Amino acid sequence: MPSKFQISQTQAGEAHVLALDGFLDAHTAPQFEKAIEAAVAAGHLRLIVDCARLTYISSAGLGVFMSFLEEIREQGGDLKVAALDENVYSVFEVLGFPALLDIQPTVKAAAARFTGA
Amino acid sequence: MASFEKTFSLRVPSSTENLSMIRDFVSNIGVRAGLDESQVLRLALAVDEACANVIEHAYGSEHIHEVTIRGELDNEELSFVIVDTGRHFDPASLKSETVEELVKQRKSGGLGLRLIRTIMDDVQYRIIPGEKNELRMTKKLHRG
Repeated sequence: MPSKFQISQTQAGEAHVLALDGFLDAHTAPQFEKAIEAAVAAGHLRLIVDCARLTYISSAGLGVFMSFLEEIREQGGDLKVAALDENVYSVFEVLGFPALLDIQPTVKAAAARFTGA
Repeated sequence: MASFEKTFSLRVPSSTENLSMIRDFVSNIGVRAGLDESQVLRLALAVDEACANVIEHAYGSEHIHEVTIRGELDNEELSFVIVDTGRHFDPASLKSETVEELVKQRKSGGLGLRLIRTIMDDVQYRIIPGEKNELRMTKKLHRG
């Protein structure tokens, strides 16, 4: 049975929110990649990835964050990460991603970081 | 009482849709080995990374091949051996590259290997030319 994974999209203030639900692995990463690609193409450069319901991430999922980060920042935007569960955060941490990404405890806190920018 | 089994095997078609089945297989063995929840998750992640590399790189995302995962449990350690018959990778890539380098080069396979090396206590790669490749990763069990 393939991994369960869903993405829903909302707004939080001026930011566009992609909420991830389920397992982000090599099988589901292309779905996440397409969603970010579409959001950026639609002009959403203030992006928040809400991970409150994300239960698993592998390097394929982390690779998606990294492949868009530079492009979004070059265009004056940012991709922030919110509400990571402890186990998922530990994967980000092992690879040193907290130094590269703005990780916030809640979507609200991440949205406030855009307002303050 | 059932007798204590030492070796467990799973053989699946080389498609990423089977990664969740592979993680379940590994998690069950991890629980049986007495690991706690976060250790079990990390173990499943390490094997997921190895199998994703095999599916995407050794087999070039062709679904017609097979990946074999063998779990070997004894009192001191738990090992997983991932066997494929695809293209082998350069064992030198098991050596350290910084995360920044990996990210810049967008080497997701490299990030996976980095995770495997962090999670497991020992990682060995064996190429048997014309036959198979084997990645063996071992976790020591610290039992009271």
